[in-house]
Amino acid sequence: MADLKVKIGALEFKNPVLTASGTFGYGPEFEDFLNIDSLGGIIVKGTTLEARQGNAYPRMAETPAGMLNAVGLQNKGIDAFINDIYPNIKHYKTHIIVNVSGSKLEDYITVVEKLNDLEHIPAIELNISCPNVKQGGMAFGTSCASASEVTKAVRAAYHKTLIVKLSPNVTSIAEIAKAVEDEGADSVSLINTVLGMAIDAESRRPVLSTITGGLSGPCIKPIALRMVWQVSQAVKIPIIGLGGIMNVTDAVEFLLAGATAIQVGTANFIDPAISEKIVHKLDAYCNNHRIAAVKELIGGLITKTI
Amino acid sequence: MKKYINDLTVCSNRRLSDDYFILGLTSSDGLPEMLPGQFAEIKVDNNPNVFLRRPISIHDVDCANNVLYVLVKIVGQGTQSLSTLKVNDTVNLVYPLGNTFNMDSVTNVILAGGGCGIAPMLYLARRLHQQHIKTTILLGGRTTIDILEADEFKKYGDVFISTDDGSLGEKGFITNNSIMKQLSSFQRLYCCGPLPMMKVFAAIAKQQQVDCEVSLENTMACGIGACLCCVTETDKGNKCVCTEGPVFNINQLKWQI
Repeated sequence: MADLKVKIGALEFKNPVLTASGTFGYGPEFEDFLNIDSLGGIIVKGTTLEARQGNAYPRMAETPAGMLNAVGLQNKGIDAFINDIYPNIKHYKTHIIVNVSGSKLEDYITVVEKLNDLEHIPAIELNISCPNVKQGGMAFGTSCASASEVTKAVRAAYHKTLIVKLSPNVTSIAEIAKAVEDEGADSVSLINTVLGMAIDAESRRPVLSTITGGLSGPCIKPIALRMVWQVSQAVKIPIIGLGGIMNVTDAVEFLLAGATAIQVGTANFIDPAISEKIVHKLDAYCNNHRIAAVKELIGGLITKTI
Repeated sequence: MKKYINDLTVCSNRRLSDDYFILGLTSSDGLPEMLPGQFAEIKVDNNPNVFLRRPISIHDVDCANNVLYVLVKIVGQGTQSLSTLKVNDTVNLVYPLGNTFNMDSVTNVILAGGGCGIAPMLYLARRLHQQHIKTTILLGGRTTIDILEADEFKKYGDVFISTDDGSLGEKGFITNNSIMKQLSSFQRLYCCGPLPMMKVFAAIAKQQQVDCEVSLENTMACGIGACLCCVTETDKGNKCVCTEGPVFNINQLKWQI
């Protein structure tokens, strides 16, 4: 058994395998398929101050090696999370991280202040990268100035581990990562979905009700790996890598590129047991490669020519 | 109900026509209890152009022989790949998913299925028949080859048929079949098929104050209520068709009918 523990800020994870926000519900949806306590952590559905109905149907389009979604942060709001959902999941023996979204700076602050008091929520993932909402969301994450502003304000209001989730839909993700590191983020997670589009040539209409949506799945993995690599060269805080991770090999690639932990996202839709399988196979990978601790893989990419 | 992710073995693949086939699936470990209206998310292997599972209605369950049947219409690459499965091939299912039809407090009901919409209706007819509920079945399609499994349905009740071209049964839309004149004599209408067809049935049922349930087939990714892609508007906001449905009473839906 290899040592799979990793640390994000002050927070220790039993292993580096987390589930990505919006792909794992709140956990109970997956209880029939895996042991949630085996995971390093779960990141629950993007949560806003007020309840949101999300975008109109259709919200999904399958693409080669991936899918587009335009859910638009449908959720019951932070109070419903605290009162109705949290009591049913707080017994999980894994880190429960809340993905926090908003359209106004004050909304983010109100939500994180409420989360400060929840004993079994040791961290938040600040979502400044949702491509599917008209106001806020990605707008906060696409300029250094606004990313800095929201991170600074949330850092002042939130007392536990702060992860900021970054958008790939920017000119330089490394500059944004540096900006949020400078304002006190404990970690960055990347990448959120890549803005994309699908068209039905028969009806000559867009497939998604919102015309554009967020692309996920293995088709974005090379982009995600490149961005994790670039960000790892630019910041000192730990990186959580995601984007098209379907199996343990993909997970190891992200660690080698510089990620301290990884998130499994769209793969949960195809194999609801995949995240636990990746935990076990990561242990096997380490044993097969005579690696005592998974930490040794982080940023372990060999770039020297022979 | 507990959900499973299991490899099942193909024990039959019966082609009904160019467009339709029925897979028989079995497991040496036994099958879980399944209810009419529920569906399975079937993984499509060996086709790099297919990424997501395909949600397919449970067509019938043969408990004695431990076989689950799915009726599939070939509409794209995923269903095309499934149509090539051979006996003894393995196929991975996440199942049983979704809710079921309400079979309570009725003694006389009518089932309407348009084209592939009959898929969940056979198992429903079988269960209603077992509960000694008088069952009438209405099948519709464009032409003869779209009328599926009529002989199977006849085991459970009177069968009425409409085809658009009149090649089988009455000529015209299924919603205009003569049995619909007696709709008010039934306590509930169960309906599955193309959305415009279901909306016409729903409007007639609403007007005649007959309880009506419809089975929706929105495009979906996960099938277990995680991705929130397959929503439909209800009186309680957007709800996932995969977990809160696929069966809805028309009174729950925000249809303009």
